Amino acid sequence: MNMADLSSEFLGIRSPNPFWLASAPPTDKAYNVNRAFEAGWGGAVWKTLGEDPPIVNVSGPRYGAIHSNERRVIGFNNIELITDRPLKVNLDEIRTIKKDWPDRALLVSVMLPMNEAVWKKYVPMIEDTGADGIELNFGCPHGMSERGMGAAVGQVPDYIRMATEWCRKFAKKPVIVKLTPNVTNVLPPAKAAWEGGADAVSLINTINSIMRVNYETLTMYPTTDGMGSHGGYCGPAVKPIALHMVAEIARNRETAMIPISGIGGITDWRDAVDFLALGASNVQVCTAAMVYGFRIIDDLTAGLSDFLDRKNMRSVSELVGKAVQSVTDWQYLNLNYVEKAVINQDLCIQCGRCHIVCEDASHQAITSTVNGERHFEVIDAECVGCNLCVSVCPVDNCITMEQMTNGVDPRTGRAVSSKKADWTTHPNNPMRKGS
Amino acid sequence: MPAGKSNRPDIRARRLPDNEIEDNFGDMHPPLSRSEALIEADRCYFCYDAPCTTACPTGIDIPGFIQKIRSDNIKGSARTILQENIMGGMCARVCPTEVLCEEACVRNAHEEKPVRIGLLQRYATDPVYKEDIRLFHRGPESGKKVAVVGAGPAGLSCAHRLSVLGHSVVVFDRNSKPGGLNEYGIAAYKTVHDFAQREAQWILDIGGIELRNDSVLGEDVTLASLIDDFDAVFLGIGLGDVNRLGIDNEDIEGVIDAVDYIAKLRQARDKGSLPVARRIVVIGGGMTAIDIAVQSKRLGAEIVDIVYRRGPGQMGASGYEQGFAQTSGVTIRHWARPVRILGEKFVTGVEFERTMLDDNGKLIGTGEKSTIEADVVFRAVGQLLGSDLPESAAASLKMHNGKLSVSGDRKTSIDGVWAGGDCVAGGDDLTVTAVQDGKVAAHSIDRYLRGE
Ligand SMILES: Cc1cc2nc3c(=O)[nH]c(=O)nc-3n(C[C@H](O)[C@H](O)[C@H](O)COP(=O)(O)OP(=O)(O)OC[C@H]3O[C@@H](n4cnc5c(N)ncnc54)[C@H](O)[C@@H]3O)c2cc1C
Ligand SMILES: Cc1cc2nc3c(=O)[nH]c(=O)nc-3n(C[C@H](O)[C@H](O)[C@H](O)COP(=O)(O)O)c2cc1C
Ligand code: SF4
Ligand code: SF4
Ligand code: SF4
Repeated sequence: MNMADLSSEFLGIRSPNPFWLASAPPTDKAYNVNRAFEAGWGGAVWKTLGEDPPIVNVSGPRYGAIHSNERRVIGFNNIELITDRPLKVNLDEIRTIKKDWPDRALLVSVMLPMNEAVWKKYVPMIEDTGADGIELNFGCPHGMSERGMGAAVGQVPDYIRMATEWCRKFAKKPVIVKLTPNVTNVLPPAKAAWEGGADAVSLINTINSIMRVNYETLTMYPTTDGMGSHGGYCGPAVKPIALHMVAEIARNRETAMIPISGIGGITDWRDAVDFLALGASNVQVCTAAMVYGFRIIDDLTAGLSDFLDRKNMRSVSELVGKAVQSVTDWQYLNLNYVEKAVINQDLCIQCGRCHIVCEDASHQAITSTVNGERHFEVIDAECVGCNLCVSVCPVDNCITMEQMTNGVDPRTGRAVSSKKADWTTHPNNPMRKGS
Repeated sequence: MPAGKSNRPDIRARRLPDNEIEDNFGDMHPPLSRSEALIEADRCYFCYDAPCTTACPTGIDIPGFIQKIRSDNIKGSARTILQENIMGGMCARVCPTEVLCEEACVRNAHEEKPVRIGLLQRYATDPVYKEDIRLFHRGPESGKKVAVVGAGPAGLSCAHRLSVLGHSVVVFDRNSKPGGLNEYGIAAYKTVHDFAQREAQWILDIGGIELRNDSVLGEDVTLASLIDDFDAVFLGIGLGDVNRLGIDNEDIEGVIDAVDYIAKLRQARDKGSLPVARRIVVIGGGMTAIDIAVQSKRLGAEIVDIVYRRGPGQMGASGYEQGFAQTSGVTIRHWARPVRILGEKFVTGVEFERTMLDDNGKLIGTGEKSTIEADVVFRAVGQLLGSDLPESAAASLKMHNGKLSVSGDRKTSIDGVWAGGDCVAGGDDLTVTAVQDGKVAAHSIDRYLRGE
């Protein structure tokens, strides 16, 4: 039996697996981090530290969730601030944990005001604990951003560069800059971090959000004494946003060299594969650990290990970035490529979902009856290959998209060509090359 | 057995402690809690042109009502159900869903476990009666008057829809309570407490409907007089008589019509006070046979045998119901027909003959005999249209197989007279089909009254 090696090295920091706990409540104190390491987590980024006196949190609801009907948490939101415990307590605990768990990665997240003297004072104190590195929280989108920190820094590349430079100046260990997704383009912040001397970026932090309204009181929900404030959104729902940002950094020439720690919605091993294949070198997890507990690490490690075996990869690093080359701009997609939906009649349970969605929202390409019988079948002459039916069919693999490799596409009446042709050369493009 | 008493049947009340009887007659399918309902609702795929809806005799938009449960829109969900089936509450309890909507559910193809539509329907409708939520309103007065005979599912459904359409209705019923077999026939554990009455009252509360209890067609009113006095007539009189076995010695004490006993059971405040036999033989293969057998068992009968002359596949009761009887401790014997009731003054047993199908598929006796001892024999071999109809006007009503013959929109052969429910030919004697008949007839009557 071949067993892939899950051990990971990120910026020279070693951990038995690439799964770190993100800086958040699960890493808020020694008690939790101990339990996490006992459960098998590879590393942890300590809950963000700040200046003394510590901030205070609200004494009411910090969290809101979007559930499926079985009450699975799909999206999660919080208005928690950084650590609310005195700095010394945290530093002492970090020192003990690092001593007790030398094989695990232990980093410390920190958020400080835009003042070099403050960085000079705190960075050495943090490194003195023996922690493996520092993560700069330029991402927290609520509360701290109102005080000019967190996302307020992360949204201005010049501030990122400046603060990173200060940290770099006083730090000997690796420095990771944690990016906020609350920007229109993640590349300038990533570049600024790199230019400021960061060794890596981690992303994403949480997304500005309001969960919903309370239907009885018609106030936002949740509230503190009747008033609420936007919080940070995370959990499975944000993964696609995070993946896009990770992939952008990984595929862009100006940022591709920056090592990435991927964060956002990771719940099972497949989510980790997504991040790794799109360019992250390791991953961090918060919400899944918060809603299921540390024991999910078993599926994360076993699942990833089996996956690597199946792919004949001996280590995680072989997977990193594998899918990056497949991400491009729309204009380069092959417009000569044709797919059609195909329904496997043996698997079809006749729910009719594919028919109604294609009928109402796509191209009227699926029958509902054939010869008076309930029957769902793709009409190739109408199918544009959009994948909507595949997305809604409740039966796994019942509808598949099949490539047309030859003959005439009955929809367009044009012969299927094996030659690639994209928008840049398309006759309908007024700005096509050579026009 | 002590000498001299050997001939007396063992029939007595209170075979079981009261609390046990109470448990035995509790809700057969307890209602879903909110979280159960949400989980179950999430199993529904929201099918297009849903097979379950096609399979529902009243055509309830099932994915539509389940979708509304998902969004906590319970009132909207109830309206979706009740606008097609005004007895959606009773039907949620009594429909043999395993051969109707749930049999058609596409989940069967996926995982052999349908969405529990019946229980979801109950979840959505229960608050309507509990909180007396008004969902429908009487339409603008048309000035027309319709007589409805029978306050069972067919009659009440027809009356309610007529009221929604603006007509005034008088409902005549021979019983002192409305509901028909909902009140006097359905197994007690399917509709517990006074649900049948609450539902009937909720239906009548729409207004424009006058209920005349204790008034019998053929005695207090005649069909001719109704035709004269009203603009239209709907007959929803169910089946008032029962089939006889047609065998020797059938009239001795201890041979009882199952429906009579069931009616007593349903009306009994104290079920333990009902006399119950120790050994019971039920003859028949439909829902009535199952119900009398299981309810007897739950009252404390020791040995209950259902004897049916054909195989399990031909029984009127669904496979689910047969299984339910068997797990309730009832024995079902197939391929035997009664030839003689045994006993002189009282029933002591039944003599049966084995049956089989001959080469032409006809049921024949094999000549092989056997007996089963019994203290009581229940007749449950089907019901007949009552004898109240054969008066002069009724004589001209066209019949089919002993029931009223009606057209697709439930018109009888007499102009201005409609009929529906168990009393018409071609139905399948279910609450839900009776409700559909009443609804279809009401729309036909409406068109007739508006001169369309
Ligand atoms: C024991 C038993 C169990 C059953 N279980 C189920 C079940 O679980 N699920 C299911 O779907 N179906 C069940 N059924 C069938 C279901 O009850 C009937 O199909 C349904 O009640 C028919 O409705 P209806 O309105 O046609 O007739 P009924 O419910 O019989 O109502 C007819 C009404 O007309 C009145 N009436 C009759 N003659 C006259 C007259 N001359 N003058 C005035 N009023 C008159 C009666 O008093 C009665 O109120 C069961 C039936 C029986 C007998
Ligand atoms: C309750 C809560 C508190 C958090 N606190 C911090 C924090 O102090 N510092 C930080 O960098 N990120 C913080 N985060 C963000 C997470 O570390 C992580 O970036 C984000 O939740 C996305 O990952 P996930 O989808 O796995 O939760 C917090 C998240 C949550 C839910
Ligand atoms: S791929 Fe799109 S167009 Fe084709 S059948 Fe499916 S939904 Fe319709
Ligand atoms: S959605 Fe899938 S299962 Fe449903 S009818 Fe279409 S192909 Fe069949
Ligand atoms: S068939 Fe089943 S899954 Fe489809 S709509 Fe009906 S209940 Fe829902």
